Amino acid sequence: MFYGVKLGSRLLLGTARYPSPAILEAAIKASKAEIVTVSLRRESGKGKAGQSFWSFIQATGLRVLPNTAGCHSVQEAVQTAHMARELFDTKWIKLEVIGDSDTLQPDVFGLVEAARILSEEGFKVFPYTTEDLIVCERLVEAGCRVLMPWGAPIGSARGLNNVYGLRALRAHFPDIPLVIDAGLGVPSHAAAAMELGYDAVLLNTAVAEAGDPVEMARAFALAIEAGRAAFIARPLEPRDMAVPSTPVIGKAVLGGL
Amino acid sequence: MQGSSVIVVGAGVAGLCCALELSERGLRVEVVERATTLGPASCSWMAGGMLAPWCERATTEPEVVAWGAPSIAWWAERFAGTVRRGSLVVTPPRDLPELSRFASRTERYEWLDADRIAELEPDLAGRFRRALYFPDEAHLEPRRALAALADALAARGVPIRLGVELVPEQADADLVVDCRGLTARDALPDLRGVRGEMLVVRSRDVRLSRPVRLLHPRFPLYIVPRADGVCMIGATMIESEQRGPVTVRSAVDLLNAAFALHSGFGEAEIVELGADLRPAFPDNLPHVRREGRIIRANGLYRHGFLLAPWLARQVADSVLGAHIDSETVDTETGDADLPQRRRA
Repeated sequence: MFYGVKLGSRLLLGTARYPSPAILEAAIKASKAEIVTVSLRRESGKGKAGQSFWSFIQATGLRVLPNTAGCHSVQEAVQTAHMARELFDTKWIKLEVIGDSDTLQPDVFGLVEAARILSEEGFKVFPYTTEDLIVCERLVEAGCRVLMPWGAPIGSARGLNNVYGLRALRAHFPDIPLVIDAGLGVPSHAAAAMELGYDAVLLNTAVAEAGDPVEMARAFALAIEAGRAAFIARPLEPRDMAVPSTPVIGKAVLGGL
Repeated sequence: MQGSSVIVVGAGVAGLCCALELSERGLRVEVVERATTLGPASCSWMAGGMLAPWCERATTEPEVVAWGAPSIAWWAERFAGTVRRGSLVVTPPRDLPELSRFASRTERYEWLDADRIAELEPDLAGRFRRALYFPDEAHLEPRRALAALADALAARGVPIRLGVELVPEQADADLVVDCRGLTARDALPDLRGVRGEMLVVRSRDVRLSRPVRLLHPRFPLYIVPRADGVCMIGATMIESEQRGPVTVRSAVDLLNAAFALHSGFGEAEIVELGADLRPAFPDNLPHVRREGRIIRANGLYRHGFLLAPWLARQVADSVLGAHIDSETVDTETGDADLPQRRRA
């Protein structure tokens, strides 16, 4: 549930860097995603510049989450959000304020500021953030009702770098939808995120640059479903000692009695 | 169809290759082009000119290899400036996994160590520890290649009429081949433009003898050597139909790539900055579509010089009524007045 909108799929898919729009379309179908993100910064410009690509995205009939990828300042991000609202007729915005152009690490200070400005203007902000608890608190204070912590730097395919921090975040914000955004490489990463109790996963590179993007989209969809089911089914906690599942008859019971 | 008259509309690489192929197969051909000079108005003018099907395979469909590989011989037979020295793929040490990933998605390459890199490209000595070498690939200078095609057509008596804007439907000929690129979107609604930006530099310090690709997780770029120390650096791929000059961001990316390859490029002169739109279909592959006497050949995307000879063969096969692979050619017919049926 994002900003009052209930969705059937827990996978959000980015639309950049696929071998072709035709493959992108097939990957979206295979992923069963109901939300796609679209980058505005580069595929933009004035007037009808990116129209062919955008009308293609809109023709998929899915909900579009425009993002401010590539913005390095609060001002750029806010401007891009305004442009996105006009182009896609949506108040949803995935907010990225990049602090470092190599790692694409978020500038959390600019992020909080931009989130506040945009929330006050009525935007529904999906902030791409680090997993820092306090930053996330500030984002919620600024009006965000979804948080999108990274698993690892964008495109790095490393998975969940800080499982402890992500777990703490989940515990700290039991009622805010949490989406792992960025850094996943393989479906098991996504399953792990869902097992932690995360609400959804946002993917782009892991699917777009896979050898077979369509098959990888399907694999991620399955993993996300599996991870979610596992979370609901309340998995076992790891134990220090194997515990037999049936009584061990005829053997000496050691200690504890 | 031998002896029939064919008008090719558009004198970019697609139009010129189609015209030459048709003429070589015995048809009476004429080319019309709305621009008043040959070249600068077509996006072929901005092309890199790499004939690199195996490198391209890393990010494209298998068709690009199957259709593109025979183009190397096609060009070599028709353009003496076709250089068959292979191509090289390198990456800075930090991004070495990109090189293995690239290798895993393609074929017909050799792994090179630092010594072999230095043998092939002395100016890159000591700069890269490993590289992929694709010995069967080639490259050419697109502007000279277009001129050579025009010369070959002239020698065969095929006229190229410049400054003539012709709507294919109104052409006075038995058959019309529509090679107008993005202009043909009036007839091909699923055609889109993909922006590409390139720059040309001249360096006294760095000499390369084959195209070099520099892999990067986000900005993969290439450098294609031309004559006299001139290099073309390309190319961005942006899903935008904005025309107009190169942006600062793109120029920085392109220049960074050159500088990362060899710091000697820091002293090079910037000769040209250019941007244009590549015509592409949704699957990013070229298609030939036939509507009665009009044959539309389009969608070469970033593979103009690599796939134009294939496109020309498809067009010629369609004109001459030869067998056409239905998987690769969408001939949308239904017109009872088809010339090949008349022939049958």
